[in-house]
Amino acid sequence: MKHDFNELRLDRVTRRFAGAGGHAFAALNELTLTIKRGEFIALLGPSGCGKSTALNCIAGLLPLSGGTIHLDAQRIDTLPPERRGFGMVFQNYALFPHMSVARNVGFGLRMRGVPSAEIEARVAQALSLVQLTGQAHKLPGQLSGGQQQRVAIARAIVIEPPLILMDEPLSNLDAKLRVETRSEIRRIHRELGRSTVYVTHDQDEALSLADRIVVMKDGVVQQIAAPPQVYGQPANLNVARFMGYRNVFPLAIEREEGERVSLSGPDFPLTGTRMLPLADGRAMVALRPDDMVVGGAPDGLNTLSGRVDNVEYSGRESLIDIVTASGLKLIVRTATPVAMGDVVRVHVPVERTLVYPMEAAA
Amino acid sequence: MTTALTQRAPFDRTLLLVVPAALFMLLLFVYPFIYGLLLSFQPGQGGWLANYHKFFTTDNLWPTIWTTLRLALPATLINVGIALPIAYKMRVKSRYQRWVTTILVVPITLGTVLIAEGMLTYFGPKGWLSQFLQITGLYEGPIRLTHNYWGVLISLIISGFPFAFLLILSYITGIDPVLARAAATLGANRSAQFRHIYLPLLAPGLAMCFCLAFVQAFSVFPSAVLLGAPAGPTRVISIAAYEAAFEQYDYSLASAIAMIMGFVQLIIVAVVLGARNLFYRGPVVGGKG
Repeated sequence: MKHDFNELRLDRVTRRFAGAGGHAFAALNELTLTIKRGEFIALLGPSGCGKSTALNCIAGLLPLSGGTIHLDAQRIDTLPPERRGFGMVFQNYALFPHMSVARNVGFGLRMRGVPSAEIEARVAQALSLVQLTGQAHKLPGQLSGGQQQRVAIARAIVIEPPLILMDEPLSNLDAKLRVETRSEIRRIHRELGRSTVYVTHDQDEALSLADRIVVMKDGVVQQIAAPPQVYGQPANLNVARFMGYRNVFPLAIEREEGERVSLSGPDFPLTGTRMLPLADGRAMVALRPDDMVVGGAPDGLNTLSGRVDNVEYSGRESLIDIVTASGLKLIVRTATPVAMGDVVRVHVPVERTLVYPMEAAA
Repeated sequence: MTTALTQRAPFDRTLLLVVPAALFMLLLFVYPFIYGLLLSFQPGQGGWLANYHKFFTTDNLWPTIWTTLRLALPATLINVGIALPIAYKMRVKSRYQRWVTTILVVPITLGTVLIAEGMLTYFGPKGWLSQFLQITGLYEGPIRLTHNYWGVLISLIISGFPFAFLLILSYITGIDPVLARAAATLGANRSAQFRHIYLPLLAPGLAMCFCLAFVQAFSVFPSAVLLGAPAGPTRVISIAAYEAAFEQYDYSLASAIAMIMGFVQLIIVAVVLGARNLFYRGPVVGGKG
């Protein structure tokens, strides 16, 4: 088992399951990804998108239906999990209930035949890294959820694996604990520098933790990019919808000039930025609530008006629903105070008006 | 200061639902048990311990304890020992898991007498097994698997195995499989997963299973009579009690023998359960409970 590596290469990794009616369906379809040493990769997507399947395939807990996985020059997808040497943190922690915290954390080291004096030292080090010194003799059942999660993390990192796999480790924690443990994970990754593959359905987690995000849907990769790209330039409508572009609606295409697209609809004209090649006729526009500004644009472009239908207060800003004359509902995040029933104008910059091709009918 | 302490919660009326079961237990178990216990201290002749004295000094009575242990302990150990690896293999739901489980459990529906009849025909000196071995030349001599110790032992295994198997299977499937997966990612191969994860978590369940299977085996009676040699080698303690009650009509002695039988079972169970306390006995899932 190597202690470090230059790259982990996934080549068209596919995992099929027998579905209803005997048809095999691909829970994971030709995932191709190269992870470099020290990188933090997030697999992001809704339930059923294949992200947990991908993680289990990397760990060796699921055999591949197709494709290969290489750790540098060595092919590892034929190895059982106990020979791959990756540390894994499970969603429900999977702590051994009959062992103390210290024995849980030291389990991997015991399996490797490390001498017990060294085990003690390394376990103590791992526990102090996750700030659980003093809990070494407790049983998992005596710990809170957040503490159990940190024990699970310590158990995975103490074996100094070349790769750490995390399967939605924060989803069983309450909101405040989630944010705190997220910072812990970020700190630990900075201190140890170990490559990590992190599965989540929460875009905030992915944006704040990852060097690169792999957005998936229905087993297929939608986009692999750094957080600012995924956030600001979603590769397609699936990614855009998932990353919070809540205003998605069709408009007719008037004119295309390079990347600029002029569109028109029953209420207003819009000029947008083309993200993908468009067919003639109509296109889909995606707008982020936070990119939309209450008030008219200085150059008059991309301004629309509507009546405020709902105000969701959340402290510094509010999330307001605006209904245009033709009944189109838009969601806008703004710090400007508005009241129900107000007629307001909003505008959105051209670079933030993203235009995608029409979707095929589902 | 005292008001909080003197306030009592209102009587929970649902506790009354326990009454029928408690009454049942009292009438059909506690009362006969106490009656038998008192009866054992009232022999026809001699002091109040005369029955027990007689048991431990009569040559065809006190060895029955050892004879029964000689049958019950190996039968239980074999049943639990074979049931464990089979149940471990069966823990993953697969299409043939249900068929194998059903086949393995069928003997429980047969009852001891039917099993005894079958064994007499099948394992007897002129039975199918003997003829098969002679025809194929595997073994020439007559096989002696009935009307002796082996007949009773085999019958105890056949009738006791399904029970042990079902019990252990339910314990094993209650252990969260993600624990074994976590152990695998940490470097534990299959046998290490069994040794470090499953076995310690199963130990309390195995102890319970052992106790229940042992108690069942220790009270062997029909097999010992039909398949054994009740006069000598398989004269188990229940036979001694039966003879005392229904051949000599000495109910007092019979009750004493029954008390001794229960006492021996109690000792074994106490020892096993005492050892069980050394192990972890909490929930066997890996997450927040």
